[in-house]
Amino acid sequence: MALFRAESLAVTYSSSRGPVKALEGMDATLGQGEFLSVLGPSGCGKSTLLKVVAGLLKPSAGSVMLGGAPITGPRPDVGIVFQQPTLLPWQNALDNVLLPVRTLGLDLQAGREKAAALMRLVGLEKFSAHYPSELSGGMQQRVGIARSLVHDPALLLMDEPFAALDAMTREHMMMELQRIWMAAGKSVLFITHSIPEAVFLSDRIAVLSERPGRTIRELEIDLPRPRTLDTMADRRFADYCNELRSLFAAQFSDPVPHQVPHQ
Amino acid sequence: MNDKVKSVLYPLATFVVLVALWEIAIRAFKVPNFILPTPYAVLEALQRGYIEGLFWKHFFFTLQSMVFGYVFGCTLAFILGCLFAESKTVEQMFLPFVVALQSMPKVALAPLIIVWFGFGLESKIVMVALVCFFPMFINTAVGLRQTNPALIDLMHAFSASRWHILTRIKIPSAAGHIFAGLQISVVLGLIGAVVAEFVSSTRGLGHLISAAAVNLETNTMFAALISLAALGVAGSLAIRFLHARIVFWDKATATQTAATE
Repeated sequence: MALFRAESLAVTYSSSRGPVKALEGMDATLGQGEFLSVLGPSGCGKSTLLKVVAGLLKPSAGSVMLGGAPITGPRPDVGIVFQQPTLLPWQNALDNVLLPVRTLGLDLQAGREKAAALMRLVGLEKFSAHYPSELSGGMQQRVGIARSLVHDPALLLMDEPFAALDAMTREHMMMELQRIWMAAGKSVLFITHSIPEAVFLSDRIAVLSERPGRTIRELEIDLPRPRTLDTMADRRFADYCNELRSLFAAQFSDPVPHQVPHQ
Repeated sequence: MNDKVKSVLYPLATFVVLVALWEIAIRAFKVPNFILPTPYAVLEALQRGYIEGLFWKHFFFTLQSMVFGYVFGCTLAFILGCLFAESKTVEQMFLPFVVALQSMPKVALAPLIIVWFGFGLESKIVMVALVCFFPMFINTAVGLRQTNPALIDLMHAFSASRWHILTRIKIPSAAGHIFAGLQISVVLGLIGAVVAEFVSSTRGLGHLISAAAVNLETNTMFAALISLAALGVAGSLAIRFLHARIVFWDKATATQTAATE
């Protein structure tokens, strides 16, 4: 049975210009231990989806199920990584990782051990006592990833976690995330607008249309793991990227000539 | 010469030059003592005041009204600022009155406060608290509202309680703003204390100035002014020190507050 399932999910919220449909007819399924990317253009309601899954926003129609129960509010079995690291600047890295342990009232002693292990996993064991301002953007985001895993959630929710990083750090973080994901064995719902990122990381990709977001395609990525930099040079990798790119190009209503590199 | 030495030496040089110009101007233009006392006469007045001890009761009176009023006013402002930022209803109920009160020059209330609270220390404390209240209140409310919304979302997603979010997230986030409020309030509080003493008092540095004015004892007035300046500087430095210590992660606003001084 799927761990996570969204069915005909719709979200409408009111704004000063009247009701805005952010999502309409969004479907996605995520199996245990699977890596699913939700790929879509800017403003397709990706962040709305994140808020719904995080339990911060109620859907107007459709259903979201996690572990066999509908999501009605924030749940302890979900971990979140935002686009910005959003660490507390007044706490050191280890205390930041411990934040969910504190808010959820979990055992602090066990939490500390878990946090230390996660800091090792993300390769920052030497930086536990550092404050966020003393860490680079990539390191901060890795602290954020450790934080999202500390309470052992069933589902890890990531909202364009590398969007704020420079291109080189980004590629490095993609490798890191794959490694962390394979080691931690979590199900990941990864929201992104980067095609190569989605293809590189995912088992499956759900493609969203422009606003209101609707699932227009589900794509299985059949590339061996662990994927490396060489994977990106692979012909099949390029094929997947092209397929996705043409899907978006066909969608845009403006007749902008698009160029797809031919092999 | 390194910057640290310069930062002491340069102002000192400016000071010496200014005092010398002051002395020279008095001699050159034969300014009478009751208009502008010589630096030496001011020093003498300070010495007499603090060594013979006449100034101390005035100094402590102002210090007392300042400290009590400041702590009282800022604490109340902090608590109400939190209420305001947390509750939309409270804000809607009281916002127009807050704006009206804020627009009014608070020192204009001094005579009324004397009528209500008497000529003693109480009226001075109330006056100081009143002028300290607004900058602290506004800064607290604004600071709390400016907490990174992503951080609050994250805390909600981690099932944090409202109290937890306020005390562990919003208040530390607003610390820079809150200290800016505390900084402004120190200076304004001193103004409040002096104005209340001007209106009616038998003690305090403000009273000392108005009493000396009657007798044209300008050297005493200068000595009292220097004492007030010392109080203000000491208060500002204390808050700045606490700011740097407590809000150690927020170097940007720490220097910003220093710059607005």
